[in-house]
Amino acid sequence: MLSFVAQRVVKGVIVLLAIVVLNFFLIRLAPGDPAVVMAGEAGASDQIFVQQLKEKFGLDKPLPEQLFIYVKGIATLDLGFSFRQQAPVSKLILERLPATLLLTLTAFTISLMLGVLFGTFAARFAGTFLDTAITVFALIFYAMPIFWVALMGILLFSVTTDWLPSFGYETVGANLTGLAHVIDVAQHLIMPAMTLGLFFMATYTRMTRASMLEVKRLDFVKTARAKGLSDAVIQRRHVLRNALLPVVTLAGVHSGTLIGGAVITETVFAWPGIGRLMYDALLQRDYNLLLGVFVICSAMVLIFNLITDLVYRLVDPRIEYAT
Amino acid sequence: MSKRVLLGILLACGLTAPALAQEPKTGGVINAVIQPEPPGLMLAMVQNGPVQMVAGNIFEGLLRYSPKLEPQPELAESWSVSDDAKTYTFKLRKGVTWHDGKPFTAADVLFSIEMLKQTHARARNNLVQVDKIEAPDDYTVVFTLKQPFGPFLGIFEVGSMPMVPKHLYEGTDFKTNPYNNAPIGTGPFMFKEWQKGSFIRLVKNPNYYEKGKPYLDEIYWQVIPDAAARSVAYETGKVDVLPGGSVENFDVPRLSKLKDTCVTGAGWEFFSPLAWLWLNNRQGPLADKRVRQAVMYAIDRDFAKDVIWNGLGKVATGPSASAIKYYTDDVPKYPYDPAKAKALLKEAGYKGEKIRLLPLAYGETWQRWGEAVKQNLQDVGMNIETIATDVAGGNQKIGDWDYDIAFTYLYQYGDPALGVGRNYVSSAIAKGQVFNNVEGYSNPEIDKLFADGAVATPDSKRKEIYEKAQKILVEDVPVAWMLELQFPTITRCKVKNLITTGIGVNDGFKDAWLDK
Repeated sequence: MLSFVAQRVVKGVIVLLAIVVLNFFLIRLAPGDPAVVMAGEAGASDQIFVQQLKEKFGLDKPLPEQLFIYVKGIATLDLGFSFRQQAPVSKLILERLPATLLLTLTAFTISLMLGVLFGTFAARFAGTFLDTAITVFALIFYAMPIFWVALMGILLFSVTTDWLPSFGYETVGANLTGLAHVIDVAQHLIMPAMTLGLFFMATYTRMTRASMLEVKRLDFVKTARAKGLSDAVIQRRHVLRNALLPVVTLAGVHSGTLIGGAVITETVFAWPGIGRLMYDALLQRDYNLLLGVFVICSAMVLIFNLITDLVYRLVDPRIEYAT
Repeated sequence: MSKRVLLGILLACGLTAPALAQEPKTGGVINAVIQPEPPGLMLAMVQNGPVQMVAGNIFEGLLRYSPKLEPQPELAESWSVSDDAKTYTFKLRKGVTWHDGKPFTAADVLFSIEMLKQTHARARNNLVQVDKIEAPDDYTVVFTLKQPFGPFLGIFEVGSMPMVPKHLYEGTDFKTNPYNNAPIGTGPFMFKEWQKGSFIRLVKNPNYYEKGKPYLDEIYWQVIPDAAARSVAYETGKVDVLPGGSVENFDVPRLSKLKDTCVTGAGWEFFSPLAWLWLNNRQGPLADKRVRQAVMYAIDRDFAKDVIWNGLGKVATGPSASAIKYYTDDVPKYPYDPAKAKALLKEAGYKGEKIRLLPLAYGETWQRWGEAVKQNLQDVGMNIETIATDVAGGNQKIGDWDYDIAFTYLYQYGDPALGVGRNYVSSAIAKGQVFNNVEGYSNPEIDKLFADGAVATPDSKRKEIYEKAQKILVEDVPVAWMLELQFPTITRCKVKNLITTGIGVNDGFKDAWLDK
């Protein structure tokens, strides 16, 4: 297993490098020059000023040289400097990472748990009213755009009932500590996490339901039934466990994208995470910061994929790691 | 004295008395919205709108400007101009200290100007007529100009020329100086904390030189990226101040009607944002003056003001906004007249050639405006294709002159020599840059008028020159002027005295207080 992990890590590094190079050029293909953006904001844009900014950013150098400098930096874990925000990229990302992880991991847990639970029920009671109700409920949240669900949530729970705060990570200026702080953050977390979580929940519900119905028809379930096992045991131990493989695969894919995929949720709820940092960096053509976020997101996808592969084995002992 | 006059006086006294009687109260915290989140707070390094809105509390300039744009003392307590209008002497306030306790002196002024010449393009342009700057003593600064420069007293506001602490910046790499992220100024509020993506916290400067000020204890600038969420934050009482432009225009009437809500359009006089359409004078149908005039007649600007901007602002009459010095409305007029537009297009021989329109990617209001203009132009037979871009992409296209019609709005900074001429003189044509003469208009007479206007004396002479320039420009239509924009500031009525100058919320909250 160790050699499997080592092999995957080496592959991962190569993939990451390819991603860096590809993104480096992709970003520069987009029209819009960071120096012009900044000069424009300064309310004056003369040639000397734009040239000065380009030199400051290193944008006056030939592209291959810029790439070499960037990759050299990455090799020493230096993600570069954001000239727009006047701070090292790694610092900017680290400041935002905890908030994003809190949001996305909570949303991920909600979506996976509810999704598998509802999917199981839907499969167990396939064709009944409960099945239809679950399916409709899940699809409503899947079909509605996230920003809409978010705004309706704010309207209902903040404006009308005043149960939950409408924006932010904590109550600004309250200076809470200890348990009071934890409760405060949790209150702020509920709406964004539910909004994001309910969206992903639908796919898990549908996937679990479909997969379980398929497994149910297989011979070994019949055998189990013939052995006289109770229905609950069959469902839990035999059907669900075997049906989870595609769900785990999907979760692996989702978990990686959750980091960068929360842009809309973070924007509507003013959640101070990475998604928004990336969006702002894109609008400002803050190349280094944008690339930095991409590197982190790509690394997350690779890491979560590795974890998924390892989880496969736990779920299904038949899978062996080819080395 | 007749009874009626006496009654009038009594009424007037009665009405104004409560206002006068209201003594500012000390204490309290204000929550305001800041949008978008500023990239930094070092005003000498970055000068976009949100930076100045927050940093205008931390830093100060030598002067501020009244709503009528008359200079008022700030770090300079008095100033004098020599008879030949070439020497300006500023007397600095004594007893001013930086937030770290070091005294503010003339050496800081000299250093700031040297630094700004490297980091602040607009400051550098404003200072081109300066021959030398001297500090005969710690509290006197003397500017000697190469030739008289009419708008000179208009370049000292905090965003145009913020004072920087010499002892913290001299000999350092400006761009990586650690104080960029924890700025030290002389202003009424001090930087305390910045949780990126959430809020910026400023606290009262207890050693501020104006005794008793500031009145507020703290200001929280809350970062809320979504416009609808900002409206909700105000509605649910989480923020008390929505500076101009914080919410979409269609939300303004609704929010204005909320209980205890006060709205003002004041505080934009110095900037006077003016919206217009760049028209590419170089190529295609718009190279013909008659087609450009047709654009002016074809667009229903009253509709844009009344519907898209909810009745806020004014229809522009020409290149200067009405608060700008030497403004005149004695210029050719372009009322909404589609028939005249069609006739002009016919006369110019326009045969349905495609015209590319670039809207401004600043949100919903601008998108709607783009649609309205497109419809107006199509109604008179123009073949319009909308090109969608984001702000950076749009700037690149405009800077590369790769457009036919493009939306923009620019600040005018009080004087035509500072914020108007740059868009029309031929020396400001430079490919690759935005906000200069990107339309490619070139008229030697206009070049000469703006060159003369900047250095002419006395004032009456300048007035004559700029009025003439306005008439010529409006006749030629190098760009299509749309509206003088007004961004209303929405506050709880308990927030008093928030806007006291022509620079508005960008000038800091030093006079503001809370009527608790």
